[in-house]
Amino acid sequence: MVADELTKNDVAPGTAAPLVELRGITKAYPGVLANDAVDLTVRSGSVHALLGENGAGKSTLVKVLFGLLQPDAGTISWQGRETRIVSPAEARRLGIGMVFQHFSLFESLTVLENIALGMAVDADAALASRIVEVSTRYGLPLDPDSAVHTLSVGIRQRIEICRCLLQEPALLIMDEPTSVLTPQEVGELFGTLRRLASEGTAILYISHKLDEIRDLCDEATILRGGKRVASADPGKQSANHLAALMMGDTLASDALASEPAATRGDISLGRREPEGRPEETTARLRLEAVSLAAGASQAIALHDVSLDVHGGEIVGIAGVAGNGQDELMRVIAGEVCLPRAEAVQLDGRGVAHRHAGLRRRLGLGVVPEERLGHAAVPSMTLTENGYLTGHHRRALGRGGFLFRGASRRFATEVIERFDVRCNGAESLAASLSGGNLQKFVVGREILQAPTVLVVAQPTWGVDVGAAVVIHKALRELADSGAAVLVISQDLDELMGLSDRIGAICAGRLSALHATASVGVREVGLLMGGGALAA
Amino acid sequence: MIRLERRAAPSRIMGWMAPLLALLATLIAGVLMFALLGVPVLEALQAFFIDPLSSHYGLAELGVKAAPLIMIGVALSIGFRAQVWNIGAEGQLIVGAIAGGSVALLFHEVDAWFVLPLMALGGILGGMAWAAVPALLRTRFNANEILTSLMLTYVAALLLSYLVSGPLRDPDGFNFPESRLFHDAALLPRWLSGTRLHVGFLIALAIAVAGWVLLTRTLLGFALQVNGAAPRAGAQTGFNQHRLIWFALMLGGGVAGLAGLFEVAGPIGQLLPSISPGYGFTAIIVAFLGRLHPIGVVFAALIMALSYLGGESAQISLNLPLAVTGVFQGLLLFFLLAADVLIGFRVVIGRTSLEPQ
Repeated sequence: MVADELTKNDVAPGTAAPLVELRGITKAYPGVLANDAVDLTVRSGSVHALLGENGAGKSTLVKVLFGLLQPDAGTISWQGRETRIVSPAEARRLGIGMVFQHFSLFESLTVLENIALGMAVDADAALASRIVEVSTRYGLPLDPDSAVHTLSVGIRQRIEICRCLLQEPALLIMDEPTSVLTPQEVGELFGTLRRLASEGTAILYISHKLDEIRDLCDEATILRGGKRVASADPGKQSANHLAALMMGDTLASDALASEPAATRGDISLGRREPEGRPEETTARLRLEAVSLAAGASQAIALHDVSLDVHGGEIVGIAGVAGNGQDELMRVIAGEVCLPRAEAVQLDGRGVAHRHAGLRRRLGLGVVPEERLGHAAVPSMTLTENGYLTGHHRRALGRGGFLFRGASRRFATEVIERFDVRCNGAESLAASLSGGNLQKFVVGREILQAPTVLVVAQPTWGVDVGAAVVIHKALRELADSGAAVLVISQDLDELMGLSDRIGAICAGRLSALHATASVGVREVGLLMGGGALAA
Repeated sequence: MIRLERRAAPSRIMGWMAPLLALLATLIAGVLMFALLGVPVLEALQAFFIDPLSSHYGLAELGVKAAPLIMIGVALSIGFRAQVWNIGAEGQLIVGAIAGGSVALLFHEVDAWFVLPLMALGGILGGMAWAAVPALLRTRFNANEILTSLMLTYVAALLLSYLVSGPLRDPDGFNFPESRLFHDAALLPRWLSGTRLHVGFLIALAIAVAGWVLLTRTLLGFALQVNGAAPRAGAQTGFNQHRLIWFALMLGGGVAGLAGLFEVAGPIGQLLPSISPGYGFTAIIVAFLGRLHPIGVVFAALIMALSYLGGESAQISLNLPLAVTGVFQGLLLFFLLAADVLIGFRVVIGRTSLEPQ
């Protein structure tokens, strides 16, 4: 899928000395052994994959390596010398850089100021020119003077990567970096990473996308339940085998049955043929020439967006981050109201002027992209987060009062039906791993039996097992007669999941096409603002 | 170099212990302060903390001081949980007292059952009107309510001072800046004879219980807390942020106004140039000391009420300045905030993580 600049055989990882060696790392949290005597060896010039489901202990291990956590037992050797990494500053001093899945950028500052802050240097012209130089050299073009709040997720990731590269790390840790990128951008990122590896940088690459790992990585360490279960050369193993190692026997067989190669490119969850779609019925969700000016809370203006989603189908909207997806979600969800009622219609009823709660009571389910702080309240329990949107359509209260027992039962139902790994309904949302919280917020909407469900980035940062659960649930919901709209930057996901697909670019929505009749190349064209010949 | 590092998981137990630790630290600091002033420490502590509680009258006075603190503290806690920072309860209290007191003066010598309820209504509406200004500025122009509500406090104090020395001055009062004494029908019923304890204390307790029900059992209370913790999560499920801001400020203003009316219709019995020893500000400390929990606020209010009584008692028996009360209140808030910081962060002595590499 990617034009190799350098094949991975150009480096010979087996011969290089270990750059960092973790031995017997153990870290326990109350009730959980997150890492149980884990070993990990990364060599200079190699791309090393860290594979595992949510909760397998990847994040804990990486946090130990980056000095954010202190292990209960175990040792870290850096360039052959045993070291204690007591803080991220210490890690950076040694030459470890990390790009987090959740970015830590100040939105009101510029790219240059953010990078300067992270490095504790002055935001001067010299730094600006270094940013331009490094970012261009590694294929991550950045404008140092743009304010971060105007930039898309994809560009923000570039800032984080560039910030790391400026410090010329010997080891670069990447946590799920491709979740927000287009196929072309993924290709560019891989080019960057291969180039870094060829210059001798070691890369520790955390991902759930098995095909990417097979494509990019020289070595893989697989974690399950806090233990290292295997090391493998991903290029020599089938994706099936890797998935089986990662998920253990029980889940793997289930996941593999519905997802043959367990890779995103091959998702085909019983997709309907185009003629199976009940086109004659009224659309359950209709957008009629929605336009929205850019403003304080909208970075991108929407232009004349029209869309029909019928019962029984899944419509996918592809697009590079920051092309109006957030704004479209806000308009559909009712966070932004429009004066013309018919602009947004649910089952033929104009609701664009009505607030989000009323739309939800009419059958709209919404799963925003940002899990913490938007889809869920981090400091509240799952019971409370279930009530947050569940009270509209489930009997969780009456006359302005809320029923705690009913709310807890609802949350428990979501937890059980969607296999959310947590310490019960009273655990805080913030304590769940990303994939488990995502299963919870998706499950919360689906168990309200919505007639229209709109989901943004349903599997961003989610492991294969959870992604399968979520995809299956979305398909079943559509099969039961609901209209499902999926807005995602993961093109493989959309190609596998949706019946019809379109793309949003600069606030304009392309025409929708039957997914079976288009390929990745055509959708890529739509994502760039092009149109397909009829 | 000393710096603070965020703890991974703040202790919940310490969250509840913090007020007790802060009280202990305040006591120790108080002892030190008395010792430095050359005051006999034991006598001072006795005067400050024991004497006020050693008589029926003293206990009743505790209730008198605690009533407005409970009322306002509960209302402010609810607002603070929604991240609505109404710092101007003192001004809302004063305007409530003006509005309710004006009703009393309007119906002077009218012996009717409706006078008191009408005064209470006046007090509530007066406080709400004063809080409506920051609410409007916040929702319309996004002006910070901390500044606007605080500044309006001083406007309210000057308004009261103007009214009692002008339009509302007692015509038979020898030009003293005071209103008439309220007529009997305009005074709150006493609860215990021979004391100043009035029904306002019972209403304050009822407000605390109602506040607890609101926060823990109602959709509105839930919406307020969601708005405080994650406003966007509230927006996606349809909680209207502007309405919540209005509600929080109207609640704070209305309750503060009622508390002000209770002061002038209860212990004071007329409008004076100064009607509150800073209840509206002290209630902010009360709200945090009570962990923004309505029941916690009741206990916190009793403690702060004691600091008022202790200050008076120490003034009488030991000749200490009344400022001792303010010092104790300030120390308590200081130690409480310090404890809260240390619960969320740990102190690290060493190199900073921002040091150039």
